[in-house]
Amino acid sequence: MKIAVCVKQVPDTWAEKKLSDSDKTLDRESVDGVMNELDEYAVEEALLIKEANDGEVVAVSMGPDKAEETVRKALQMGADSGIHIVDDSLAGSDSVATAKTLAATLKDQGYDLIIFGSESTDARMSVVPAMVAELLDLPQLTFASKVSVDGDAVTIQRQADYGYDEVQASTPAVISVVEKINEPRYPSFKGIMAAKKKPLESVAAPSGEPVGLASARTEILEFAERPPKAAGVKIEDDGTGGVKVADFLAEQKLI
Amino acid sequence: MQFTPEHEQFRKVVATFVENEINPYVDKWEKAKIFPAHELFPKVAEIGGFGLEYDEEYGGQGADHTYTLVLMEELGRADAAGPPMGISVQATMSTPALHRFGSDELKRKYLIPAMEGRDVTSVAVSEPDAGSDVAGIKTRARRDGDHWVINGSKMWITNGSQADWICMLVRTSDEGGFQGMSQIIVPTDTPGFSVGRLIEKMGNWSSDTAELVLQDVRVPVSNTIGEVGRGFQQQMVQFQDERLTVSYSAAMGARRALERTVEYLRVREAFGRPLIANQYLRYNIAELMAECDILIEYNRSMAFRYAAGEDVSRMATNAKLKVGKLTRQVADLVVQYHGGMGYAEENWAARYARDSRIIAIGGGADEVMLRVLTAYEGMDRR
Ligand SMILES: Cc1cc2nc3c(=O)[nH]c(=O)nc-3n(C[C@H](O)[C@H](O)[C@H](O)COP(=O)(O)OP(=O)(O)OC[C@H]3O[C@@H](n4cnc5c(N)ncnc54)[C@H](O)[C@@H]3O)c2cc1C
Repeated sequence: MKIAVCVKQVPDTWAEKKLSDSDKTLDRESVDGVMNELDEYAVEEALLIKEANDGEVVAVSMGPDKAEETVRKALQMGADSGIHIVDDSLAGSDSVATAKTLAATLKDQGYDLIIFGSESTDARMSVVPAMVAELLDLPQLTFASKVSVDGDAVTIQRQADYGYDEVQASTPAVISVVEKINEPRYPSFKGIMAAKKKPLESVAAPSGEPVGLASARTEILEFAERPPKAAGVKIEDDGTGGVKVADFLAEQKLI
Repeated sequence: MQFTPEHEQFRKVVATFVENEINPYVDKWEKAKIFPAHELFPKVAEIGGFGLEYDEEYGGQGADHTYTLVLMEELGRADAAGPPMGISVQATMSTPALHRFGSDELKRKYLIPAMEGRDVTSVAVSEPDAGSDVAGIKTRARRDGDHWVINGSKMWITNGSQADWICMLVRTSDEGGFQGMSQIIVPTDTPGFSVGRLIEKMGNWSSDTAELVLQDVRVPVSNTIGEVGRGFQQQMVQFQDERLTVSYSAAMGARRALERTVEYLRVREAFGRPLIANQYLRYNIAELMAECDILIEYNRSMAFRYAAGEDVSRMATNAKLKVGKLTRQVADLVVQYHGGMGYAEENWAARYARDSRIIAIGGGADEVMLRVLTAYEGMDRR
């Protein structure tokens, strides 16, 4: 079983994120990069499937030079090899250009499964897995909270408000996973040392498709910082506190 | 002396581990007066935190000593010292002698499960009547055929109520002094072994510290680590690893305590301005930070030398003495500069002060370090 797992480097979840004034894209240089958290679950799931079925896991990331660290982390966790798509022309790519780049890199490489985290903590669009599936003409099994592989049949539990749907497809297929699916492993000392010797290939953007900021179908015209949080409502409990809290929540349409 | 990208990557892993697997639980563990070692240790093993320098054949990682430095520095930054102390015992205090001097059979039986985090372990040297003066221990093992029959008691034993086996220093002859001691592995499910009591302590609440009682405890003679009669000498080698470890983690812990104090002084206002605006406060912090930085560099130099095969016993003694003194100064400052909040249990500073006080006592007290250092200088000879 040959599995590709797509990983993205995002600004550290807790760091203050900024848009750059010049091109209004996320300033990725000024903050520490980490592997997108949900992608850790994707890597873990790929490794679990590999461990149960044999095969290999290839970690794929599109991103600036620094994103190599994220491919490396996947290798430290146990992926067998890595592909880093790095090209100045890719800077500022929107989700469509990203999906096209990934799809072109993944196409015809014999992957049985292509696994993603279901969203990134920076853009939070949750569309790239579906777009890649569409571009590669593969079935998409998204928002999986459980994956089981039996021969060439893949079944997932697709997370929904009301519980889950069971969705099945045959390989090759694209999967995106949610946090509930597993508990990602830490890279270990031995994993770090082993990763040093694993193949990590840097490739340029596949030609043919317009990518980068100029190709983006959306444009950010203006942005402003989020205003500071206003003081909350304080409810004194004079015996009717519970009712007041419920009223407040109802007013906010939370219950 | 230089860290590689792999050192930095491992540092990140340990830091994340502390953040995810230790810090969220320390309040609970402190209250419970114990951390669940059998739950935490397999996770420590998962990142390679046990046996970094040991042979892979026995569950070790095959790293050099500089990775132990990285591990301990980052553990030193945890929100409570108890769990890191329990981990350190297993990583660098209860197992080095077994790895260095133990038989193949003994290592397979005891070292591997400890390295995998399935077994929790302790080192038991101190007794109610002998701490600094190791030669004063009285716990006695008498030979009966292929078995030792052990009687006595051990005091202050970290992980003592959770341990599956204990690396115990006992007397195996009547020679007295530094002679006739042996290190024996005592499985805690052996009849006659019991935990006498848990000791309530000033700090490190989340670490269980036990008094152990041994009444006719029979263990095979093959559980002896290394040579019968060389226990004291082997234990002295093991103590050096302990001094190194304590210096690495406590120096980093002190640095972090000062950094956290700066954060507080930035937001706490008095007399119309943040407290950090007071030169008196920030100069004193800067001075102690400088001392921490110097010690951290000294530690690192020591670690790289040790990894290169140099004898660092004197450096380790210097560092242990310095870190014992420095943490006492740092603890006093961080409590003082937090005002009432420094004295309140809800704040971290009080815990830091309580936890860090052991550094100057355990692993060889300050005065013991001074005793050793005066001997290095020949000052003990007249
Ligand atoms: C939280 C905690 C955890 C511990 N964990 C373990 C463990 O896991 N295993 C273990 O074996 N032990 C453990 N210990 C014991 C620790 O190693 C001893 O407490 C330490 O060695 C000091 O011994 P003592 O308590 O008997 O003090 P003492 O030896 O009685 O010393 C009292 C004081 O006298 C000073 N002193 C002693 N001799 C001299 C001298 N010749 N000249 C000048 N001053 C001197 C000492 O420095 C100290 O200040 C632990 C202790 C604590 C508090």
